[in-house]
Amino acid sequence: MADPSGDSPTDHHLTGAIDCDVHPAVPTTRALLPYFDDYWREHVLRRGLERENFEPSSYPVNAPINGRPDWHLPSGPPGSSLQALQSHLLDRLRPSRAICNVIHGAQVMLSEDLSAAFCRALNNWIKAEWLDRDPRLRASIVVPPHSAELAVEEIERIAPDHRFVQVQLLAMAELPLGRRQNWPIYKAAEAHGLPIGIHAGSSFRHPPSALGWPSYYLEDYVSQAQGFQAALNSLVSEGVFVKFPDLKVVLIESGVTWLPASLWRLDKTWRGVRAEVPWLEQQPTETVRKHVRLTMQPFDAPPTEKQLQTLLEQLGSDRMLLFSSDYPHWHFDGDDALPSGLSAELIQKICVDNPLETYPRLKDPALKETT
Amino acid sequence: MTRHVVAKAEEIQAGTCKIVTVKGREIGIFKVGDDFYGLINRCPHQGAPLCRGEIVSRLVAPTPGDYRLTRPGEMIRCPWHCWEYDIRTGQSLCDPNSVHARAFDVAVEPGKTLVEGPFVAESVQVTVEESYLVVTM
Repeated sequence: MADPSGDSPTDHHLTGAIDCDVHPAVPTTRALLPYFDDYWREHVLRRGLERENFEPSSYPVNAPINGRPDWHLPSGPPGSSLQALQSHLLDRLRPSRAICNVIHGAQVMLSEDLSAAFCRALNNWIKAEWLDRDPRLRASIVVPPHSAELAVEEIERIAPDHRFVQVQLLAMAELPLGRRQNWPIYKAAEAHGLPIGIHAGSSFRHPPSALGWPSYYLEDYVSQAQGFQAALNSLVSEGVFVKFPDLKVVLIESGVTWLPASLWRLDKTWRGVRAEVPWLEQQPTETVRKHVRLTMQPFDAPPTEKQLQTLLEQLGSDRMLLFSSDYPHWHFDGDDALPSGLSAELIQKICVDNPLETYPRLKDPALKETT
Repeated sequence: MTRHVVAKAEEIQAGTCKIVTVKGREIGIFKVGDDFYGLINRCPHQGAPLCRGEIVSRLVAPTPGDYRLTRPGEMIRCPWHCWEYDIRTGQSLCDPNSVHARAFDVAVEPGKTLVEGPFVAESVQVTVEESYLVVTM
């Protein structure tokens, strides 16, 4: 992966990596106006929606974790400037690709049609203002998750552009993600070679904690891991990976270290209740290792390298982890985007091999001229 | 290896199990259809009396929602943690490559053969007129 020129002061083990999670932010809703069709632009303006910013409350902008101090901008939310992304990340760590995941209130709106209109505008915006301006960038398709029908329409509209490499959902939606109402989304994604990227976040149709509404952001944030566990249990138990054997799911910003213990419980319980879900013929862990990937920031790394090794052994697969910076969120300082203690071989897998295997469109020969 | 007469063939009806003791070990003798099978009465998971579990079918689904009942009466479900085993082979469904209950061959022999020996009749009175179940171990 090393840069052959070798003369860059920032040349290091991440040069040439594939960054599987960066977050361009919409500077203001006004910036989206050119990307609506006439009807929805009029609708947005009549309601004064262009004065709202639609930041999802899972990601309050003033929470320190959501903007690394040296990545803050003179104006606009962190992540809202392409030039800043280039200087902070793309020209510094020099990844070969970075996958843009836009987190926006469009994904949680109660009106399915308004949600779909905003998602169309977001996809048009990310294409015109980011993908068209930097050939290193790729993106996830943002869809209205609460209408499988409209989500599939948007996937079909965007999928011909192979710079879109994934379909993005939130971990906590109206229904558990494995439920059959969502299957048309998975069918379309599988057909187009698009993994489903499940990003941390909630549509807040339900409390983020199974106990009810938390009082503090601290609780909300930490409960995300529970949300991911439930989403994963749902996808596995409902048989999504049996129905769609070529589908891959990427857990984005999920943290990683909760997974082995959760899978242990899933396997153990499945042994006794297998007949309830007879489509699951192999241990859930085997299914997860085959179909599920996780981005590496935040990693929730244990304090010592020895414990990290134990955790990696428990994961039982070196194909599951994907490098991500989670720019502009604040999970690491300087250029230390990977936990220490990983072997060179594993870093190569995490940074290059695994993303290429997960996202077949990254290997798309039609895009060669952009490499 | 010794051949042990463990029961009269007619004692065990299809779909049922009789637990017998051979060399101090409990073995469940099952009749599935017209055939007899023996399984050690000990679940390899945590030692539960496996053969006292329910005799069940194998429920499968090639895809979610496509439910199929197969192999009726050919599985035993452990009474403790509900792990399922194939009565014919002792193979578990949850971890077929590494979890097996020990299986024994059960032969049906006419009494006429058995009275000529050699065999061990454990609390079974053998007469020439009837058929018997013989476990070799």
